[in-house]
Amino acid sequence: MRQLRPVNARSGRRSREGPIVNRWALLAILPIAFLGAFFLVPLVVVSLRSVTDFAKPTGDAFANYGRFFASAANLRVLGNTFWVATLSTVVCLALGYPYAYLMNIVRPRVAGLLLIAVLLPFWSSLLVRTYAWQVILRDTGIINTFLLDSKVVDEPIPLIRTTLGVMLGMSQILLPFMVLPIYAVMRRIDPEYTKAAANLGAPPFAAFRRVFLPLSLPGVLAGTLLVFVLALGFYITPALLGSPKDTMISQFIASAVQQRLDWGIGSTMAVILMGLTFAVLVIASRFIRLRDAFGSLEES
Amino acid sequence: MSALRGSTGAAGGATTDRPDQPDRPALVLRGLAKSFVDVQAVDGVDLEVRQGEFVTLLGPSGSGKTTTLRMIAGFTRQSAGTIEIDGVDMTHVPPHRRDVGMIFQNYALFPHLTAAQNIAFPLEMRRATRSEIKRRVAEALALVKLEGLGSRYPRQLSGGQQQRIAFARAVVFHPRLLLMDEPLGALDKKLREALQLEVMHISRQLGATVIYVTHDQEEALVMSDRIAIFSRGRIEQLGRGEDLYDRPVSLFVADFIGESNILRGRFERDGEGGWLARGNLRWRVAAAQEDRAALSDGSAAAIVVRPERLRIVGLNDPAVAAPGVNAVEASVRDALYLGSIRKYELMLPDGQAATVRRQVGGGEREWQSGDRVGLIWAVNDAVLVADPNG
Ligand SMILES: Nc1ncnc2c1ncn2[C@@H]1O[C@H](COP(=O)(O)OP(=O)(O)O)[C@@H](O)[C@H]1O
Ligand SMILES: [Mg+2]
Repeated sequence: MRQLRPVNARSGRRSREGPIVNRWALLAILPIAFLGAFFLVPLVVVSLRSVTDFAKPTGDAFANYGRFFASAANLRVLGNTFWVATLSTVVCLALGYPYAYLMNIVRPRVAGLLLIAVLLPFWSSLLVRTYAWQVILRDTGIINTFLLDSKVVDEPIPLIRTTLGVMLGMSQILLPFMVLPIYAVMRRIDPEYTKAAANLGAPPFAAFRRVFLPLSLPGVLAGTLLVFVLALGFYITPALLGSPKDTMISQFIASAVQQRLDWGIGSTMAVILMGLTFAVLVIASRFIRLRDAFGSLEES
Repeated sequence: MSALRGSTGAAGGATTDRPDQPDRPALVLRGLAKSFVDVQAVDGVDLEVRQGEFVTLLGPSGSGKTTTLRMIAGFTRQSAGTIEIDGVDMTHVPPHRRDVGMIFQNYALFPHLTAAQNIAFPLEMRRATRSEIKRRVAEALALVKLEGLGSRYPRQLSGGQQQRIAFARAVVFHPRLLLMDEPLGALDKKLREALQLEVMHISRQLGATVIYVTHDQEEALVMSDRIAIFSRGRIEQLGRGEDLYDRPVSLFVADFIGESNILRGRFERDGEGGWLARGNLRWRVAAAQEDRAALSDGSAAAIVVRPERLRIVGLNDPAVAAPGVNAVEASVRDALYLGSIRKYELMLPDGQAATVRRQVGGGEREWQSGDRVGLIWAVNDAVLVADPNG
C-alpha cells in the first residue's frame, strides 16, 4: 500500500508511527456529507416510521411488521421478488459469461466495440427501454405481428404481461452489471496460465474448466451479487411488462405510499427488503470479499 | 536413480526415457523461422539435440530465444521449417499433445491450486490413478526438497520455492523435452547460483533432455553440455563452452562469451603467411586460424585474445622478440588488485585498449600505472575473425 503522508509531521515520533489522515482525504468530506444528508437520514426516518407510523392506533411498536407477515399476499410478493431476481441473475449469467469471455479473446478493437454494445442500454433511460420492450412484446407488437403475418401462429402468443417479459426486460438492463465485473477479472488472468495448462497436457476445454473458469469465479460471484441485489429493487420493468402475479415488493411499497398514503406499512416493507438484501450481502461475504464485487479488484 | 522415472523408466542416469532408439535425436530443428508483422524474430535455426543433452540458447535480449522455445512448445506456429521431437514432426501437433514440459519465466503456477495440486495437474490430464498421482507428487516434492510444502498455495511460497514447484510440475510427467525460459531470471544472485547447480544436477539425474534459455553467459557455461549463441534470430555458433571461449567464429561470439581483447585491423597475406595489420603495427596470425577464418586479403578483421593469455614484460625483455610471439608496446593505465588476480588496463600506441589478468602469487613482476611495457601473446593463443564493422 502507498504510504500516506501525515498531516502533522512536526513530531518525528508521530510521523514514524504512521499517518493520522491524508490531506486528500478531506476531499471526501463532501460526498460523505451528501450521503449522510440524502441517504442516511432518509434511511433512519424510514426505519423510524416503520415503528411509529400506524394506520390504526396500537401499543405494539412492531404492529406494522406483524401486519406485513400476517398477509399471504405480502409473503407471495416477497417470494416472487426473490424468484424473479434469481431468474434474472441466472439469465444474465448465462448471457454475460460467454459475452465477457468473447470480449476477452478478441482483438482489443473488437473488444471495445463489444464493450460499447453492452453499455448501449445506459444511453437511454430505463423507462424508454422498458416501453421499447412493450413495443416489441405486446400482442400487436413486432414479434407477434411477424409471427401472425408469416402464419406461424393463429393468435398472438403471450409475451407481455408474463414472467418471460419481465425476465427479458430486466436481464437487458442488468446485463452490463454482470458482464463488466466478469470481464474485469478475466482481463487480469495471465494468458500464460492457459498456455501452461496446455503445456501440461490439458486439451482446450479441460484448460478452461480446470484453470480459466476457477480463476474467473471472483468476477462471476461479483456480477451475480450485483445483479441479484439490483434486481431485488426493480419496480418499473415488472410494472410495465409483467402481470399482476409478477408484482415485486417495490411496486407494493410504491402503491402503499402513493395510493394509500400508508407510510407505516410502506416503510416497513422497505426495511424488510433492505434487511433481506443486507442478509444476502452478509451471506455472500462469507464466500467473496465484497471489495472485489464493488470495484478495487485486488490480485492476491 | 529417481523412482520418478515410473514404471516405464529406464535404468541408468543419463540415458533416454525411450530406450528403443537411443541414437535418435530428442529434438531436431530444421530451417526454423518465425516472422511477425514487422520483425523476423527467428531466421533459419538448425539444431540437433541428443537424448539427455542439456543445450542452452544464449543470446542478447530480442535475439529470438523465447520465440524458438515457444515454437517448440507449440504456442507459436512457425513461419517456415520443421520441428521434430523424438523423430515425430510436430507441425500439426497441438501443445497439449507434444509432451514437452515447460518452465515459464514467471513460473505460471496456478494460483488457485496448492503446490501439490499444481504438480498433480499434468498427471490428472494423463488420467493417472489416484494412488499413482499421490505417490509421484510426493516423489516430485522430495526431488525438489520441498516435502512439507505441498499444501501451500503459490502466493505462500518464496520465489525460489515457486521455481522449484514449477520445476517439479514440469518434470513429474516425464516429458520428452524440458524447456526453460530464463527460469532463474527473477531470483537474486546467490539463490540463482545455488539453483543453477540444482537444476543441472536434477536434470542429469532424471536424464532429461533440456533446452534452456538465458542471456547470462556464466549461467550458460556452468550448466550446459552445449551452447547455441543466438544473434538476430540465428545461431551464430553452436558448441561446448570451451569451443566458444577458445575458438569463437565471430567477433559477436568472442564479445558475448567471456572477456575479450579485440584488436582490429586488416588481414594481409605475404610469402611468410598471414598478418593482422593496423597502421605500422603488424601481428602474426597462426596458419590454422587463417584457414578457419578464410578471409580475403585486405578485408577488415580482428584478432581476439583472452585477458589471461596476455603477458606483460619489460620493454627490453627478450620474450618480445621470441619466435611464435606477437608483441606491442603499451602503457599501463590502471593496475588493479582483485584478490586472487591482478587486472591491468593498458593502452596501445594506436589508442586501442587491452585488459590483462594475471594470477597473484605466480612470482611475476608487478606493474604500476604509468609504466611503459611490452604486451605479448603466443600467436596460437589469438583467434582471427572477420570484423563486420570494419
Ligand atoms: N508476439 C510478437 N509479436 C511481434 N513481435 C514479437 C512477438 N514476440 C517476439 N517478437 C519480436 O521478436 C524478436 C525476438 O523476440 P524473443 O524471441 O522474445 O527474443 P529473446 O527471447 O531472445 O529476448 C524481438 O524483436 C521481439 O520484439
Ligand atoms: Mg526471452
